[in-house]
Amino acid sequence: MIEAGSLTKRYGSTLAVDDLSFTVEAGRVTGFLGPNGAGKSTTMRMILGLDRPNNGEVRIDGKLYRELHHPLRVVGALLDAKWVHPNRSARSHLAWLARSNGISRKRVDEVLEIVGLGNVAGKRAGGFSLGMSQRLGIAGALLGDPRVLLFDEPVNGLDPEGIVWIRKFMQALAAEGRTVFVSSHLLSEMSMTADHLIVIGRGRLIAQCTTQEFVEQAGEASVRVRGRGLERLHAVLAESGHPPRQEDGALLVGGLTTDEVGELAAKHNVVLHELTAQRGSLEEAFMQLTGEDVEFHAHGGLPPSNGPALAAVSPSDDLTAPAVQASPVRR
Amino acid sequence: MTLLAVERIKLFSTRSPWWCILVTFVLGVGPIALIFGLTPNNPENNAELNTGTTVAFYGLAMMVILVMAIIAITNEYRFGTIRETFKAVPNRTAVLLSKATLVALVSGVAGEVTAFAAWGVAKLVRPSADIAIDTASEWRTVAGVGLVFALAALLAFAVGTLLRSTAAAVSIVLVWALLVENLVLLIPRAGDEIKTWMPFTAVDRFITAGAGEAGGEGGGVGLQYPYGPWGGLGYFAAVAIGLLIVAVVVAERRDA
Repeated sequence: MIEAGSLTKRYGSTLAVDDLSFTVEAGRVTGFLGPNGAGKSTTMRMILGLDRPNNGEVRIDGKLYRELHHPLRVVGALLDAKWVHPNRSARSHLAWLARSNGISRKRVDEVLEIVGLGNVAGKRAGGFSLGMSQRLGIAGALLGDPRVLLFDEPVNGLDPEGIVWIRKFMQALAAEGRTVFVSSHLLSEMSMTADHLIVIGRGRLIAQCTTQEFVEQAGEASVRVRGRGLERLHAVLAESGHPPRQEDGALLVGGLTTDEVGELAAKHNVVLHELTAQRGSLEEAFMQLTGEDVEFHAHGGLPPSNGPALAAVSPSDDLTAPAVQASPVRR
Repeated sequence: MTLLAVERIKLFSTRSPWWCILVTFVLGVGPIALIFGLTPNNPENNAELNTGTTVAFYGLAMMVILVMAIIAITNEYRFGTIRETFKAVPNRTAVLLSKATLVALVSGVAGEVTAFAAWGVAKLVRPSADIAIDTASEWRTVAGVGLVFALAALLAFAVGTLLRSTAAAVSIVLVWALLVENLVLLIPRAGDEIKTWMPFTAVDRFITAGAGEAGGEGGGVGLQYPYGPWGGLGYFAAVAIGLLIVAVVVAERRDA
């Protein structure tokens, strides 16, 4: 279990993390969600004692990170897969980590097998692809067979096969009763992986709930209406307590079904050209929730999103997932 | 001991330390072999070749040791492995002191091997030159090289830890050792005195004092030193350890 209390981190005049408190429970995958620059990595570094909070603290199973005797046996973390000396072999990289925490050499080869790097163990890590580096990072996290696992943007830059592999892997780890805390800026990815979400924006807590709750709250159904005499329909809807939004010549109505909107339109003689049920994408909902908390706005506003529900689910999700253990590495 | 073993695995599972040690050896021994091999063999010349001549290139070899010590820590920052290290061992002071100890040990051994190899090669190519190591001061001159390399490595390691960048640390340390310490002589009146308090000049005194004019790497000939050879070493050690303490305190406080 990870408990953060009033975490605050300032870099110069920038407030990276602002009075952030949350709890990550064991036995499930907890997603740490926020746009780029929201303070996710900073928070993870503070959990690991790499960055010092200006205020507040994080406890792992009740202890500060620096109080842990052999920290790698309690917490395994993959923050950046490139934190490896390029001329060191995968095995030597893990060997010194193992040695520092009194972990046997045998375990090094074991974790290399688990992540499927057994046959490149003696190769220099600098020659690894991003996917292989990511696997090496995960091997490092697993080295001490830790109860708590942290992954910072683990699917970044991975191919679909790698993404599915990591997703299944994290779920398997949580099923074994471990605490799994994984950050991402991709809502769709988190909705596939995490049972629980901690959502932050600009360093502040926005939501802490189950993924399902977040999705329901976020992906609120709406009805899209196009037709003649929409102004009248607009007025009627507003009167009935469902003020619609306007979007390129159409109305978006929340809280009503297509049936209800159709009946209303007929009653007030509005000719409809289109009547579609829609679910807002999770991304949209996230934008709504985080609102002004997105640090780097793109100019020119958001692209129109009128796709089907959960539009952002990546195509990789159709692929059959390889086994969690030792899928072959492509070279 | 565990931490020393960890740092040993880290240092020697990359190639740069091996290269640096090899270059140190070549720079420390090669020119000596040439000097003793190519000086015309007559009693007059042989009289000028003394024990001090065998370590005449220690200063040059030491520059490579400085670079190795800097890289040992700055590469960790460059590749992010320092964060992996602090993750594995949150006690940063222990990590940095172990690493410093290992780098100093390796440098010390490299220094001893280089100095005695140079001496042996000199003896081999010019048996007629009197370079026997008899007196305490001759022992200090030859065996002292390892000691000096070890302390110099600590100093460079400290600067590397403070600056976290190979380019910055290497330029500052080398410019300091090769230029600044000599340029202070240009300061009117006080130049000579300031020069004697420059760390590399002080440690050069330790190697070259009583060894004729052989060393002279620091250009310290003719200076009035307010300390003896061992005083020079002590002063250099104080500077190196002082910098190391500052570096450890800074690293302990800042974000990794």
